[in-house]
Amino acid sequence: MNPPASTPLIEARQLVKRFGDFTAVGGINIEVRPGESFGFLGPNGAGKSSTMRMIGCVSPPTSGDLNIFGLDATRHGKQIRGRMGVVPQLDQLDEQLTVQDNLIVYGRYFDIPRAECKRRAQELLEFVQLTDRADSKIEPLSGGMKRRVSIARSLINEPDLLLLDEPTTGLDPQARHVLWDRLYRLKQQGVTLVLTTHYMDEAEQLCDRLVVMDGGRIVAEGSPNELIREHSPREVLELRYPAGTNEEHAFEVEGIGHRQEALPDRILIYADDGEVALKEVHARGSIPESVLVRRSSLEDVFLKLTGRSLVD
Amino acid sequence: MSLIDVAPLRIVPPQIRHARRPQRMLERQWMVNRAGGWIIFVTGFFEPLFYLLSIRVGFGALVGDVDDGGTLIPYAEFVAPALMAASAMNGAVYESTMNIFFKMKHEKLYDAVLATPMTSGDVALGEILNATLRGAVYSAAFLVTMGALDMTGSWWSILMLPVAVLIAFSFSAIGMAATTFMRSWADFEYVPAVMLPMFLFSATFYPLSSYGDWAWIVQLSPLYHGVATMRGLNTGDLSWAMLAHVGVLAALAVGGLTFTARRIERLLLP
Repeated sequence: MNPPASTPLIEARQLVKRFGDFTAVGGINIEVRPGESFGFLGPNGAGKSSTMRMIGCVSPPTSGDLNIFGLDATRHGKQIRGRMGVVPQLDQLDEQLTVQDNLIVYGRYFDIPRAECKRRAQELLEFVQLTDRADSKIEPLSGGMKRRVSIARSLINEPDLLLLDEPTTGLDPQARHVLWDRLYRLKQQGVTLVLTTHYMDEAEQLCDRLVVMDGGRIVAEGSPNELIREHSPREVLELRYPAGTNEEHAFEVEGIGHRQEALPDRILIYADDGEVALKEVHARGSIPESVLVRRSSLEDVFLKLTGRSLVD
Repeated sequence: MSLIDVAPLRIVPPQIRHARRPQRMLERQWMVNRAGGWIIFVTGFFEPLFYLLSIRVGFGALVGDVDDGGTLIPYAEFVAPALMAASAMNGAVYESTMNIFFKMKHEKLYDAVLATPMTSGDVALGEILNATLRGAVYSAAFLVTMGALDMTGSWWSILMLPVAVLIAFSFSAIGMAATTFMRSWADFEYVPAVMLPMFLFSATFYPLSSYGDWAWIVQLSPLYHGVATMRGLNTGDLSWAMLAHVGVLAALAVGGLTFTARRIERLLLP
């Protein structure tokens, strides 16, 4: 049974991480409730991974309070790690062992009896659809398969909390969807997920609630829908002009919609109704090479909050 | 309160005193070896055999007896325990440098291990024990071969095995501590650069007295302390100085272990 929803699983107050003069995390507050799926969204260097490492109890906070399962992260790291699963950004699988042995030895690090490790390993390999690769070495596996082994391994101790650092970075679209499906099932089983991503679609797919980080700080917080509603009009009109002529054309469409962003490859116009905005563009005699009307996404929220595109 | 919390052991830092699962690293190694890694033990067995045969057949006949602090002993009996000490050192150093570096930098094994309830002390102690075990297996093979070729001088020589294990532990600890400073494979050029002179000039092939005024340099070599102890045990010519030699090795073991645990914490748990 999960504890009452009022008790947060993770609670951070004024959490700071510094490396010498560099402040990676500059005083953030977070609360993650049991069963929730929580995301850290932000570009590289925003402080997501540093935060995850502190939550994972493999990096002591420079200052501030961090409680996980109601335990102080600085003093009870060992106990906390015992109830947590971690999927690192880069797979750290044991290349000298087979897929199945990877899971078994990992369970042994948690003092789980060998026979039980074996039983769970079989079950988990089934869960990540890798039963037929149980006796394979790690090296010949594809990127998506390796990531699935990492996820299976992180579940060997039946964790209450699963940390995933950029779970689908570098995977092809099909592998991503398989992974999302598995994570969604875990969430349905009541596992609390905490993940970092710089993909908006991933955050929209997996997160109940998320924080947007930039430069070591939290710049916005809410559910994906809330964030879009709050920080971006309903629709976006994307205009593409011949390369290098964006600036001239930005003049032609000035003032249309609520707000505009001129990106290197396109101009974005934020409006309640994209079609109406497009009519206005045409009425002014501006002729883009291509146009696209779409719903606002977290990408637009990020652009507004930080003034920068997410994936450079 | 566990035995290890007893006062005299307080010099051992908390990382090591609170290590509860170092045996998991040995278990992991056992799983790796089961899958084919055992071959290193086979190759490790041939090394002493070739060494000892070359001495017995070649040098032994040429050199005759050696004056070791007043007693004359056959050259083969003089050199064999020193080679056994060197063999324990080699086995331990290979395991604790190259292999540890691969696991630490390329496989990111310890990052994954430290995300579990395992601690830096578990990793340091476990991996050093692991390298020690390799050195110990080589030494045991060496001692058996020595016995078979009739190169042991007394029953005390059986105690050479525990001393060889201590030598292996000390060199594993130093080796792993050094490895935490290695940045690339190029840095491993330094390993033979240190090991070879130590192997040649630790009173291995001739007595300490032949170094004359330079004897003090030889005494700085950790291997020398191993060689001196092993040689005393092999001839059965015991002395109090041997306790001091063992003390030096033990101090290096504790120092190397402590240092390694702290370095792992600094490198992998920043």
